[in-house]
This record gives sequence, C-alpha cells and structure tokens, in this order.
Amino acid sequence: MKLKEKQRTGAQLLIDALKEEQVEIVFGYPGGAVLPLYDCIYDSDLRHILTRHEQGAIHAAEGYARVTGKAGVVIVTSGPGATNILTGLADAMIDSLPLVVFTGQVNTNVIGSDAFQEGDLIGLTMPITKHNYQIRNVADIPQVIKEAFHIATTGRPGPVVIDLPKDMMTNGVNEVPEKIEIHLPGYQPTLEPNKHQLEKLVKALEQSERPLVAVGAGVLHAKASAALLKFVEYYQLPVVYTLHGMGAFPADHPLSLGMGGMHGTYAANMALYDCDYLMVFGARLDDRFTANLDHFAKKSKIAHIDIDPVEISKNVYADIPVVGDVGRALNYLNEIVGKHPECKEWMDLNMKRKKDHPLKYEPSDIVLKPQYVLEILNRLAAKDAIVVTDVGQHQMWAAQFFARNCPDTFVTSGGFGTMGFGIPAAIGAQFAYPDKEVYLIVGDGGFQMTLQELAIIIEHKLPIRIVLLNNYALGMVRQWQELIYKERYSHSLIPGQPDFMKIAEAYGIKGVRISDPKQIESQLKEAVAYEGPILIECIIAPKELVYPMVQAGKGIHEMEGV
Amino acid sequence: MKRIIVATLNNTAGVLNRVTGVMARRRFNIESISVGHSEKEGISRLTFIVNVENENQTEQLTKHLNKQVDVIKVLDITEDDVVERELALIKVSCNSTNRMEIFGFLDPFRAQVVDVGKDTLIIQIVGAQNKVDALIDLLKPFGIREISRTGVIASVRGTKRQEKTNKLLAY
Ligand SMILES: Cc1ncc(C[n+]2csc(CCOP(=O)(O)OP(=O)(O)O)c2C)c(N)n1
Repeated sequence: MKLKEKQRTGAQLLIDALKEEQVEIVFGYPGGAVLPLYDCIYDSDLRHILTRHEQGAIHAAEGYARVTGKAGVVIVTSGPGATNILTGLADAMIDSLPLVVFTGQVNTNVIGSDAFQEGDLIGLTMPITKHNYQIRNVADIPQVIKEAFHIATTGRPGPVVIDLPKDMMTNGVNEVPEKIEIHLPGYQPTLEPNKHQLEKLVKALEQSERPLVAVGAGVLHAKASAALLKFVEYYQLPVVYTLHGMGAFPADHPLSLGMGGMHGTYAANMALYDCDYLMVFGARLDDRFTANLDHFAKKSKIAHIDIDPVEISKNVYADIPVVGDVGRALNYLNEIVGKHPECKEWMDLNMKRKKDHPLKYEPSDIVLKPQYVLEILNRLAAKDAIVVTDVGQHQMWAAQFFARNCPDTFVTSGGFGTMGFGIPAAIGAQFAYPDKEVYLIVGDGGFQMTLQELAIIIEHKLPIRIVLLNNYALGMVRQWQELIYKERYSHSLIPGQPDFMKIAEAYGIKGVRISDPKQIESQLKEAVAYEGPILIECIIAPKELVYPMVQAGKGIHEMEGV
Repeated sequence: MKRIIVATLNNTAGVLNRVTGVMARRRFNIESISVGHSEKEGISRLTFIVNVENENQTEQLTKHLNKQVDVIKVLDITEDDVVERELALIKVSCNSTNRMEIFGFLDPFRAQVVDVGKDTLIIQIVGAQNKVDALIDLLKPFGIREISRTGVIASVRGTKRQEKTNKLLAY
C-alpha cells in the first residue's frame, strides 16, 4: 500500500507508543514478519538489544522487569520466533512479571491458511498470558499498546502479548487520537483493601499467642518493604519468607527466621507448623512453600492479603481474607496499630530454634563446598548487589547462603523453575542497573541452555560476575535420584562437560577456574574486584546435597538434614 | 453440586475460547453452555452449568473467570430466584399406531410438533432442564433418533438480585 502524505504506518505508531510509555530498552530478534517494524527501528532512537535466541530476549526482559518493576519489552518474529518465547511467557505468568511482548504474524489475508511461519499465537499464549491481542486495525495500535502496558503493570502483574500481522505494520492511517483513555470494564483490580477486614486482622493478632508473618513477592511488587518492616518491628513478630519474597524483608534481621518451604530453614518451617496465627502478605502458598497441606499451619488461624482474589483460599483456607494492594494494607495496619500480643514464650522458642539449627554444611579443605563459595561471595558483595540464579541446587544454596537484605535484589525462576533463565535474566538486570553489582549463580547444566547470550555480555560490556558452580551433574536431579531413586543416576551425571574456560575465552570474557578451598578466599576476592565481565568457574564437591529438605508428600515439619 | 453461572463478556474474537479454556485448564466439568448477544451492543451474555464438588470450587471458578480482561462480570445465581429455560428439538420415531400416544404427552409439557415426517416427528420443548429431561425420558420407548439442546439460559426474577452468593464482596 502506498502511503499518502502525512500518513503514519503501523510500525511508526508502535514506536511512538513505546516512547509514550517511556520504554528504555527492548530485547528482540528480527525475522520476516517483523521486517517492516525493524526497518522503522533502524531510524528510531529506540534502544534495541539483539539477543542470540528469542528465549534469551524474553528472560532478559524478565530480569529487567523483576528488578525495576517496569514492563520488560520483547519483539520477536512470527512462527518459530514466537514459539521460542513460550517458556518465558509461562515463566513470567506464574512469577507475576510485567512484560509486553510483540510477536510477528503473517499478513491478515493469509491468517488461517497455514502460511509460511504462521502460528496461532493467540491460541498458544492464551493460558500463559494475562491478556493477549491481535492487531486488526492499524488505528487501534496506540490504544492496544496503552492497554497492554496498563494490564501488564497493574493489579497482579503479568505478561501481555500483542500479535502483529505484517500488513498492520506497513499500512498507514491518517489520524490517530491525541489522547487515549483506558476503558476496561472487565479489568478493575481491587487495590483498596477492606478496612473492616484489616481491623479483624489486628484483633486476631492481639489475641494470638504464636503469631507469624509470611512474606511473598507481592510485597516487592507493591514496593511495601518499608511498611512491612515497620509493621513487623512494631509488633516484634517473627518473619518467614518465600523464595520470591527474598529481599522483601531483610534476611539478616533479628526477627527473620529465613526462607520457608522445601529447602527452608528449620526455624522457619517449624514456625509455619506451630504458629497459631499466620499472616500472609502477597504470597501464593504454592506446594514448594507449604509442603503437604495436611500439615501446613494446621493449628493456625490464617489471614491472607493478596491483590489477586484467586490466590485467597486456593490452597489454604483463609479465615480473614483481604483482597487488595499489600502496600495499602500495610499502611493502614501501621495506622491502626493495636495491642502487642503476649507471645514471649513463642519468640524465645523461635530464637532458640534459629540459634540451635542454623543452615549448615560440612566444611572441607579438600573439595570446594558450594555453600562456602556463596558465604564468601555474600561477604564480598555490596549490600544492594543483585543476585540472579538459574534453577537447581545452586539456586537453593544461593537462597540460603547468598540471602538478600534489600528489595528487588534476588532474581530467580521460582514458579516455573526454568533452567536457562539465569544468564539472560542477569543480562536484563544489569541493563536495568549498569552501576550495580550483578552476580549470576548458575549450574553447569543450565549454563549450557542459554550460553549463547554470553555474546551480549561482552558486546555491551556488562560487568556481570558469573559464578558457575560446576558439579559435573544435573545436581538437583542427581540429589533426588540419590535420596528417592536408590542412587540410580539415570542421565544426571555429565563427566564430559566442555571446557568452560575456553567458552569464556571464545566469547571474550575473562575466566578463572577455582577448585582449591584453601585459595578460594583470595581468588574470589581478586575475581570479584575485576572490572568487567568475568566467568568464575568453581569445581565443587559433586555429591553435595541441599539441606534441609522436605521430601515430596511430607509435612513442613518433617525435614531431613537439620 | 450443580451451579448456574452467568457472565457478561466483551464480544471479542476468541472470547468464548478464553472462558472455556479457563474451565478446561482447571478441570471444571461444563454440563451446558449457551451464549448470545445481550441487551448492550458489543456485550455477550453467557449462561453455563457446571458440576462442582463444593462451594469453594465455584468461588475459585468465578474468581478465575473474573480475572479475564474480556469477562466483565460473573455471577453464581444458583441460589437466586431465577427463570431457567432450555429449548430442545427431539426427533422421535413414530408410526400411525403410536402417533396419537406421542401427541398425548405434548400438552402437559407445552411441547409442540414442529415437523412431521413419514416415520418421524420433531418435537420442540421449552422449559427448565429437568422438564426437558422428563419429556425425553417419556419419549425414549418410541425410539429417539436425535436430540439437539440449546443449553440452559437463565435470568434472575425482578430487578434486584440478592448478593448472598457473591462472597467476594465481603472482602
Ligand atoms: C528447562 C528445564 N529442564 C529440566 C528441568 C529439571 N531440572 C531441575 S534442576 C535440574 C538440574 C540442574 O542442573 P545444573 O544446572 O547443573 O544445576 P545444579 O542442580 O547442579 O546446581 C534439572 C534438570 C528444569 N527445571 N528446567
């Protein structure tokens, strides 16, 4: 179609809309269906980062979204480009990360004809997005994009897909509305909590003898860490956090009992078992956190605050349900403060458990213990350093021994457990905060799922400190096989790993290999001080297990290895 | 436990897919579903019947549906005073000897014959689901060739529905 004078194409409208949304960075990968859009990007000042695989683009956007709270933006082509991001969408959906993802699509006149690189992205992404759109009118583009950013970032955040038929990028329109109003009668998240319910929450707290606070990622999304700290300190309540709640409450605060769940601390899990009043702030209470529901907080009354009504009474019945923004809820709770509960005995018990059963491991001066490596890193790292993990044993060790004290400093794939998340997510986090220290903790398995993205690290000189904990195994699988499958290590041991130092070299990244416990302290110090990207490969004890562990089907109090 | 749920939806492409997708993913068993234009332009009204084990399941379902951007409102109206109707077309075998017997059933059910074939009749019935079921049972001995049912639609009587079923409002 020939453009008339003053007409704007769909692609131009799209880029205008991204500017309007103040998008700082886009991760993407071009292809046939999005060529018109990329042609337009060529002329624009939009910052576009070319990843080496679409999965890398979406995980990078997730990392960016996790640490900033802003929407991560992704552009991919149709068909295979779009199907390559499905894992990332599912990951962002379950971990509530705001994304706006543009997928290319074939021309509208051939949709449904099995055209080259056609894919039913609306159908494929329906269950793994908060919402999705297909552009059918060029003039709708500004409106749809505005809505998409609104939906992605408000309420319970999540990914939104916009499918772009190729002709919708090249066709032009004469007029676009000056001001766009959002009118979504079917999307009205409840932000303001019911005050009456919060008053009930306080009444129950005053009367409790064994109160406990459980903190999830909702507190981070609501940017409510300071309000939470005030609430907890006023009442002097013990706190446990979920994997994603990490950083919402300072891990080394005296009132913190640590992370709860499958690999949680003894003190946290026993508190969840024994409490008589559990207040849950922005957590889904999924099976990795609750273990067998028959034993989770069974002696307890439960108050549950969440912005997503679905989460309330989904897994655990809530006696006092509160739908709303957890930040607003905490602010009101801090206004109406009540009497302190009488719970000295309970506090003493928790503190004794914390002292008697800290996280532990058997030190060694022969083999490197991963926990030791992480302990040292924790000491060396800045307080607000961002820790990104992949998925596996190293992820749990990082949560235990490289725990965080500041909000939005822990980036991990918790709900979906996506191996390969780490490298690109660290890239996204470092792009978001070029001046912050970013540590990536990754296993030798997951490293090889997205290592092609190392290319961007050097291309953009991202000073990420990659700590590869090499146990020559799919460690977490190996652990389950050792404990549950009678040491039958079916396809989990990988003696023939590549030479990771050579990989680092090939990508132009400095590499150091560490294997001697006696030298690790000084070697790590030197490595961490290096300015620029560095791959620190630690050859760790291959048989090390993550403990404590609540095995599948067991109750939260039935921990092994405490 | 049978629940009647009504929902208003944006009449956008694929919206029915979104709604049934939510139910399928969460393993809800849909007994009947019926959708059409509502009194407002661009808005469809959906009535469906699900079989659930307990009230908590219904609450979960309505909450999940409400999360869909294109779903405007969802209500479980089972406990309300509702008018519930379904239309069925039942094609039944008949011959000259039993035709009159079949005709005899129609009046009490306010059913009608809408087609007469050589050896078949098509009977149309409008009523609550159990009434339709009852007529089908009576016709079975004659040999039923085909049944087409629209699925239940429902409307709450009067102008004000009681909010007793909408627990969400409490928190
Ligand atoms: C994409 C994907 N495939 C498979 C798994 C199952 N899985 C979970 S942990 C794990 C082992 C990870 O090994 P590695 O990356 O070496 O880390 P380690 O557990 O040794 O620290 C596997 C295979 C997964 N979570 N994600």
